[in-house]
Amino acid sequence: MKLHLKLYATLAEYLPPGAVSNVAEIDIPESTTPYQVLDLHRVPRARAHLVLVNGVYIPPTRRDEALLKDGDALAIWPPVAGG
Amino acid sequence: MAWTKKILRVNLTDGTCKAEPLNMDWALKYLGQRGLASKYLAEEINPKIDALSPANKLIMATGPLTGTMAATGGRYSVITKSPLTGTIACSNSGGFIGNEIKNAGFDMIIFEGRSPTPVYLYLENDSAELLSATALWGKSVWETDELLHTMHQDPLLRIACVGRSAEQGCLYAGVVNDLHRAAGRSGVGTVMASKNLKAVAVRGTKGVGNIRDAKQFMKATQTAKRVLAGNPVTGEGLPKMGTQVLMNVINEVGAMPTRNMREVQFEGANRISAEAMHIPRESDGKPNLTTNAACFGCTIACGRISTIDPKHYTIVNKPEYMGANGGLEFEAAWALGSDTGVDDLDALTYANFICNEDGFDPISFGSTVAAAMEMYEIGALTKADTGGIEMKFGSAEALTRAAELVAKGEGFGRELALGSKRLCEKYGHPELSMTVKGQEFPAYDPRGIQGMGLTYATSNRGACHLRSYTVSSEILGVPIKTDPLETDGKPELVKAFQDATAAVDSTGLCVFTTFAWTLEDIAPQVDAACDGGWSSESMMEAGERIWNLERQFNLDAGLTKADDTLPKRLLKDAAKTGPAKGRVNDLHKMLPHYYEIRGWTTDGVPTAATMNRLGV
Repeated sequence: MKLHLKLYATLAEYLPPGAVSNVAEIDIPESTTPYQVLDLHRVPRARAHLVLVNGVYIPPTRRDEALLKDGDALAIWPPVAGG
Repeated sequence: MAWTKKILRVNLTDGTCKAEPLNMDWALKYLGQRGLASKYLAEEINPKIDALSPANKLIMATGPLTGTMAATGGRYSVITKSPLTGTIACSNSGGFIGNEIKNAGFDMIIFEGRSPTPVYLYLENDSAELLSATALWGKSVWETDELLHTMHQDPLLRIACVGRSAEQGCLYAGVVNDLHRAAGRSGVGTVMASKNLKAVAVRGTKGVGNIRDAKQFMKATQTAKRVLAGNPVTGEGLPKMGTQVLMNVINEVGAMPTRNMREVQFEGANRISAEAMHIPRESDGKPNLTTNAACFGCTIACGRISTIDPKHYTIVNKPEYMGANGGLEFEAAWALGSDTGVDDLDALTYANFICNEDGFDPISFGSTVAAAMEMYEIGALTKADTGGIEMKFGSAEALTRAAELVAKGEGFGRELALGSKRLCEKYGHPELSMTVKGQEFPAYDPRGIQGMGLTYATSNRGACHLRSYTVSSEILGVPIKTDPLETDGKPELVKAFQDATAAVDSTGLCVFTTFAWTLEDIAPQVDAACDGGWSSESMMEAGERIWNLERQFNLDAGLTKADDTLPKRLLKDAAKTGPAKGRVNDLHKMLPHYYEIRGWTTDGVPTAATMNRLGV
């Protein structure tokens, strides 16, 4: 199934080839979790501070169990702030 | 130094400058900068006065840690009654001028009256005089800065001044220091210009003194610096990406105010983001971001220095804009970009340069342009009103032309300089003004971040994110993650952020340190520098005292509970996309409890018991 993988800020270096504007369209199998996607793309779990699925925050305790769906957007940031 | 224990009182009507002792009883209760200057203002002016009358006063205030070795200890604030909101105004800036005022021997400068002719204050180590600014009047911030350096033959002179927008009465003009740092919000520059005060030029070399326990202070500041350096936000994220890193975050969570807050997500967000600022462009192979920059004493360095694409239409045959200058921060990029629907990074950078060059708030300006664009689209404004400008959402040309006109107070720029509230009222659509108490919103839609609705509604200076930045908790997870769509617990969260921020704003430190520091890190530094036995608890109490003082000022100025609200759009029109789809801001669920935990009546008035407890 399709996933919109979005890696921002200093995590952009982990984007696969072909990514445009920080977004990569990738194929993932059914029953994939956010942490499995991170591991596949070698994004260090410790640097994944803000993990959002369709804009909704996924806490660390659920990143290994929340199941992604076809067409989901998984967006990830390292620790960032501003204002 | 900690407190110099001296203030400089400048009577512009009489042309006199006199030093006087700092009221130390007040300093021990209100600390410095925002808190202490607000106390002085509340004691010295009638809150009901016309903000642009000579009866208003303008205070430039440092904190006890300004100019010390504490990390980020370079802040100062400008405190006055706002012409934009009618509330108390306190606008905070970094750069180097705060340190210079402190090193010249003063904790604060109080300006009163109105000079009969344009003047500037020249302050050099205890010696102050008012000099003619006739040759400076009508000049931009950048021209004024250069002229003063040349006139005094002193490259190390630090300068804060107003631009042409303030002279022309723009109600959201700021005071710009060091070329591109600004006390930007609430029209503090408009007040300064109304006093015929063009600039403050300072040279201070007196050094640091009056530290209560110097050895302990060195230890406390070193420990705190290690915390900043080791924190991934203040040690890496902010220096590399700047505040602009939030552009994609806030868009993704569906809280990006777009096209005058009609929508909550902007399709062009990534094109005007921190990530975009790093991408080399085709014309010269260079990115928009030239380098980062730090204010005095700052170990974070979040500032952005940018260049515009040399082939961009905005700077053709305009060499003055071709060099590196103050770049886009998130709040400016949002207001100039998402809120107007413009996704041209160079156009936004140019508009931001203009805001710096002539000293007006890019948040209020962008938001006012957005309101004008919506009125133009529904036909309430026509080309006859705009002087021929097609004020369509997404038009970079309209945005940049509007900036040029506001800068000089020309044409339709004079209308835009009124701010969103007055502009929308004038053209018969007050409901299209996205303001609270007359001040335009910053970059967080409160339908998607519920706590920010309460933050905006209760902010003592009108819509503002810097009075209680609950985004930190609701979105970024600092210090703890809370649900942005939940209202339970938000009154407590907002109150805690308001009180803590009021305390930090009174120290001379930058509020951005609080992404890494808590008051447990800040209080030991304050306590080592200052008398008074400062702890995180006493700082929170000081913050609460300051908040109630500001609130009482506003009530005395004539504001009421009815002003603690949001535009109907945010209370009635649900978000159309994103996680907050279908949600409005549920202010009514939060405000009564907020009043209760504040110790206020159901009408939002601090009770006598609350004021007595805090010793306001």
